[in-house]
Amino acid sequence: MIPDEYLQTFVVECKELLEHMEEALLIVEQAEQDPEIINAIFRAAHTIKGSAGMFGLDPVVEFTHAAESVLDRVRSGEVSMNAVLAALFIEAHDHLKELIGHVAEGSHPAAATDSQGKILIAQLEAYLGETPTEQAGNSVSSGEMPVIQTANVEREHSDVVVGTDLWHLSLRFGPEVFRNGMDPFSFVRCLASLGSIEELVTIIDAIPAAAQMDPESCYLGFEISFSSEADKLAIDSLFNFVRSDCFIRILPPRSKASEYQRLIRELPEQEMRLGEILVKCGTLTREELDNILRIQSQHGDEPQRPIGEVLVEQQMVSSPVVEAALAKQKQVKDNKKSEAQLIRVDAEKLDELINLVGELIIAGAGTNLIARRAGMAELMESTATLSRLVEDVRDSALALRMVQIGGTFNRFTRFTRVVRDVSKELGKDIDLVISGGDTELDKTVVEKIGDPLTHLVRNSMDHGIEAAELRLARGKPAKGTLRLNAYHDAGSIVIEVSDDGGGLNKEKILNKAIERGLVAEGANLSDKEIYNLIFEAGFSTADTVSNLSGRGVGMDVVRRNIHALRGTIDLDSVDGQGSTTRIRLPLTLAIIDGFMVGVGNASYVIPLDMVVECVELSAWESGEGGGQYLNLRGEVLPYRRLRDHFDREGDLVQRENVVVVRYGEHKAGLVVDKLMGEFQTVIKPLGKLFKGEKSIGGFTILGSGEVALIVDVPGLMGQIEHEKEAGESVSMRRSGAV
Amino acid sequence: MANVKNKNQQSGRIAITGELTIYTALELKDQLLAALSVTEALELDLSEVGEIDAAGLQLLVMIKQQAAVSGKALSFTGHSSVVLDLLDLSGLAGFFGDPLLIVRKPL
Repeated sequence: MIPDEYLQTFVVECKELLEHMEEALLIVEQAEQDPEIINAIFRAAHTIKGSAGMFGLDPVVEFTHAAESVLDRVRSGEVSMNAVLAALFIEAHDHLKELIGHVAEGSHPAAATDSQGKILIAQLEAYLGETPTEQAGNSVSSGEMPVIQTANVEREHSDVVVGTDLWHLSLRFGPEVFRNGMDPFSFVRCLASLGSIEELVTIIDAIPAAAQMDPESCYLGFEISFSSEADKLAIDSLFNFVRSDCFIRILPPRSKASEYQRLIRELPEQEMRLGEILVKCGTLTREELDNILRIQSQHGDEPQRPIGEVLVEQQMVSSPVVEAALAKQKQVKDNKKSEAQLIRVDAEKLDELINLVGELIIAGAGTNLIARRAGMAELMESTATLSRLVEDVRDSALALRMVQIGGTFNRFTRFTRVVRDVSKELGKDIDLVISGGDTELDKTVVEKIGDPLTHLVRNSMDHGIEAAELRLARGKPAKGTLRLNAYHDAGSIVIEVSDDGGGLNKEKILNKAIERGLVAEGANLSDKEIYNLIFEAGFSTADTVSNLSGRGVGMDVVRRNIHALRGTIDLDSVDGQGSTTRIRLPLTLAIIDGFMVGVGNASYVIPLDMVVECVELSAWESGEGGGQYLNLRGEVLPYRRLRDHFDREGDLVQRENVVVVRYGEHKAGLVVDKLMGEFQTVIKPLGKLFKGEKSIGGFTILGSGEVALIVDVPGLMGQIEHEKEAGESVSMRRSGAV
Repeated sequence: MANVKNKNQQSGRIAITGELTIYTALELKDQLLAALSVTEALELDLSEVGEIDAAGLQLLVMIKQQAAVSGKALSFTGHSSVVLDLLDLSGLAGFFGDPLLIVRKPL
């Protein structure tokens, strides 16, 4: 049995490889004929097959093998990669993903999956059909890596069958085999487990003279005749580990004479010597060999070339092969090097680290406080240094969790796929434009916004972007454009999904909302409020329910998910020009820089990123605004006394201060008694009991051991706005605030 | 670890002890070539080889060929069981042409 952790690693690796593969396939589908990309796809398939073989996952091996064989042909230029083939590979990729999924869960694929796989294999194998013979020979002489021909065994007409019941294996190991930690003889021993080795000839011809010989390079080769009941795939899979830099030919029993002939031609050693070896192996009889060599000379372009010429030619052939092999190995090494710079860490360990850093910050705050009370200058100095270091540790610990939204996790790239599939399904031609993929975001958040974002993307494609005819009629290009954009703004990350479609139909939404009883008839709503109605539960404006959306479940779930991440979502729309959905999320969920304020005897923390400025209340306060608005340098600023809001008691202070906070486009003032300065805040979640309280986002523990509540600015502002609108919406709109 | 012991300077008889593998191939190559260069007839005692792999075998082939090129006599003697096994597996016993002591494998 395979230890679970290895299997786990295998699954993780496969998933990564599949992601790379998908990415590459999507590029290829856009008619991009870059051999590097084809190679990348091939390598991914090849590695998956190799490791799956190691775990004995036969269905995966079988399936990948078919895909790999076709890719191999694409690589050698015999089959050209086009959109049809790419689409087939994308299906193959999906199937493979499913298989790997089953491996991860330890479940067995359903019968339907199996038959789907068979169909795909058949479709793939269609590409292996008629191809010019002798292509293997060509690929060697054209200076490429020796390519393993497995699934396709070309046969010539009127070919003599060689009367042996034995397999014949020709192996020439690459120079790096030893350095890669492998011993050619271990393969021989493995082979012996599949059958019995009748005869083995070790080929030592390639060992150079003493002076040139590198004792750590492998120069060996084997000619093996082998009797076995195993199938070709089983034998072939033994060599998965050395495939890339070795020459491996496997001829099944009763192969055609022409195949032996080709083998002899491909091997680096001289023909006569090889012939002798084959006879010695018992693979061929003397007569058969003579026949083959005769056919060889008849078929060859120049009959009976002198051996010298053959040798010269072989020299010419082998040097590019070696160069190609070296280049390839170097490339593999380089890849390994860059991989080695990354370390896989269990996410739990990271969380633990963050927790510890959180505790460290709290403990540090306590020490600071004591130092200040003790009034020892030296102690205060050293605690100051300490807290600066702790701050650095905090920043780097948090940075560990930050991932690029479009980078490592391919969140954005995955949308390329979604857009491709959905546009196909809908019959719309839609381009996806991604920007800001390198914006960093906490890993947990990245993971959790995947689904809501997918939903928004689908929605935009289904409802937003019009059919091509309608677009043309409206004077827009037939091809729709969907944009995904991410950027940082005021301590939060903003993700935008925008389309250049028809925009939202205000009237329709309003009518629907009235119909559903979400809004009272005759209510006076702003455009924005109307648009945001679509986030209400059970709301759908689509005339027809499609496969994708329109069932009225979704947007409310999206909003709930975003809220669960302490984020907000809103929507902008311009009639006939498209709409933009904007998700705003906090950068991190664990530790923030806070700004501490005092109200009465209690302390509150406001996220520092949202604080714009602090002003003294009396300087700006005036009678106008009914105690609700300030005139901040000509700007109308709604404000709220935290004392009133949280219903605190305690002595009133002489000079109240206003903390001006900003969230998105909104600004508001919070009136507090005391400004206490910056404070590193470890956010602790509030219990379920406080779930209904919108204006508090959590609590934190101060150095003194006291508890301070963290003000949830967006929540508080929402509440202020809500109450304000309920009160005197008319007067407010006239004054043009928020 | 591998080591080359010069048992008798005059007749050129050295013994390889320990590993004859990829890990020791680099140093052994130089030692073997040096030993061969100072004598006309070299005898390599393999009785104390505890481990041998393909790299080691390749090295033996190399030194054998080098001896042939420079017209010197080289023989291997006292093959340990691991050496015998590998010679058997590789079918190279004929190439080296040394008399081998066939040990009957325990049944």
